[in-house]
Amino acid sequence: MRILLKIILLVVTGIIFFTGLAFAEEHFFEIKAKKFSYTPNIIRVKIGDKVKIRLVSEDVTHGIFVDGYGVETRAYPGQDGSFSFVANQPGRFTFRCSVTCGEFHPYMVGYLVVLPNARFYLYALVVLFIGGANLFFISKKKA
Amino acid sequence: MEKEKLFGLIDLNWRFELTKFKLVRWIFKSRWFPLLALIFNLSVFIIILLAGFIGGYSAGNYNFGVMIVWILWWVLLMLILVPFFSRMWCMVCPFPLFSDWFQRGKLFEINTGKHRGLNLKWPKHLKNMWVMNIGFLVTTFFSGFFTVRPYATFVLLGSIILLAFIIGLIFEKRTFCLYVCQVSGFQGLYSQFAASEIRHKDEEICKKHALKTCFLGNEKGYGCPWLLTPFNFKKNTYCGMCLECFKTCPHDNMGFFLRVPGKDLLIDEKRGMDEAWKAFIMLGIAMVFFLSMQGPWGILKDMVRATTLKGYLTFIAIHSAFSLLVMPGIFFVFSYLSKLASANKEVPLKKVFINFAYTLIPIGLGVWIAFSLGIILPNGSYILHIISDPFAWGWNLFGTANFPWTPVFTGLLGYLQGATLIIFYLFSIAYGFRLSKQTYPDLNQAKRGWIPMLCFLTLITLTFLWLYLG
Repeated sequence: MRILLKIILLVVTGIIFFTGLAFAEEHFFEIKAKKFSYTPNIIRVKIGDKVKIRLVSEDVTHGIFVDGYGVETRAYPGQDGSFSFVANQPGRFTFRCSVTCGEFHPYMVGYLVVLPNARFYLYALVVLFIGGANLFFISKKKA
Repeated sequence: MEKEKLFGLIDLNWRFELTKFKLVRWIFKSRWFPLLALIFNLSVFIIILLAGFIGGYSAGNYNFGVMIVWILWWVLLMLILVPFFSRMWCMVCPFPLFSDWFQRGKLFEINTGKHRGLNLKWPKHLKNMWVMNIGFLVTTFFSGFFTVRPYATFVLLGSIILLAFIIGLIFEKRTFCLYVCQVSGFQGLYSQFAASEIRHKDEEICKKHALKTCFLGNEKGYGCPWLLTPFNFKKNTYCGMCLECFKTCPHDNMGFFLRVPGKDLLIDEKRGMDEAWKAFIMLGIAMVFFLSMQGPWGILKDMVRATTLKGYLTFIAIHSAFSLLVMPGIFFVFSYLSKLASANKEVPLKKVFINFAYTLIPIGLGVWIAFSLGIILPNGSYILHIISDPFAWGWNLFGTANFPWTPVFTGLLGYLQGATLIIFYLFSIAYGFRLSKQTYPDLNQAKRGWIPMLCFLTLITLTFLWLYLG
């Protein structure tokens, strides 16, 4: 039974990963940075996609650093910055300004969502499982 | 206390006395402690205030005041101090130092005579958390200023110190800390979950000790400045850990114990709407703070920063309504469903509402810990800069003034936040069913009445999980 479960898990993971890679696309995003937000503020890609980003500053110097991927660029007024990377980790990652641009700078962030957001679904399943298990054990309790 | 095991593993009555070690006991009984720590802390606060005043409206991430208070202190408070050491911050908090000094007329020695000031008693109907609830909520209206602007931090901290002093002139002892301080309320609430406590060691010794020196004071120390009765208190909520009871007890009967986290949640004493609302307000603030600080929506940041008056007023209205009405309203519906499901007609709905509100304490603390991780991991490296150049005068005291911004483990942030929420969800539901048994006298009623509350806690956890990871 355990071996069967492992095989199923392996196959499902493999399908998700390889179909993701097989249908990998290239995405280009032009992200405009202005105190203290990005436009677009959320970008969604699929796992395996190649992501190219151009950062355009609309006021002062801004930067962009993507958590988990460690890639960074800066944009000065009139001088864009760019970088590219392969979105090989699923989940939601914050991208944040890497150049002090004003008082709210530490909170100038956006989200990169690499689908499928397995991390969120896994945690949500764990919560639901714990809740269900709690209900099960409590229903069995005797005075 | 029922003799049960938390998660089937740890005896809920387990505790380990740290003050049985001679060095710890000596420190706790010394008059130099926590006074020296407090004076050190005051000196740091003076630097914070100076940096805030000098820093003006510059970017907060390069200001000593903003970084130490809103990044380091806040994170330490939520991540370590409150969960592990209860209200240890209150032990070293410099806010009431000046009023203590004024009232006693002495800083180090004991004044066994009359204290200075009016020494009035706080109005009876305000002896609860309501003033702190409203005070803290109103303070968060200005979060878009004081968490990022040095001068706003200066004004806020300066006002609190001044208020503490004025209240100390009028009211007795630590009235300010007990009933007014914005920081006190949520510490009190979440300290019920803390993994440590100050309690008497042997109940019989306290019973036989006719002269309650821990309350009245003696030549070794002051009677409880927090107006508690240390010989019989059972919850951390209002104990500011000033350690006077260690000094005044002639039988060495006070101890500092490690314990099972959350034990106080099962103590059915002084539970009330004020603490229930505190739990809602804290969840509401956590959500608003997350959306405005760690969320990607510029429109929300503009509202919090008051770029337009209309936007700012909308933020205040939504924030207040959500924390004071919407959250409690949803919880009320689930409480009503709980009572319906239990089929118990005798238990008042108010009791159901209040008792189950305590299940929000562990998950609430977990939400704040997860939020704090999202503050410290990306922004912690700024601290290396500001300790070397606290006043932005070009100093390089420790050679770290030019240390570049370095986010730490931010790729793991989602994992850490998710794991934190799950751990504290576990605590919430572990205590939740026990609270259900306290609420409903019959086991089957408790089982049925628990189901809607479990659903609520699961929904809350999933909501924050979605916010942090989704």
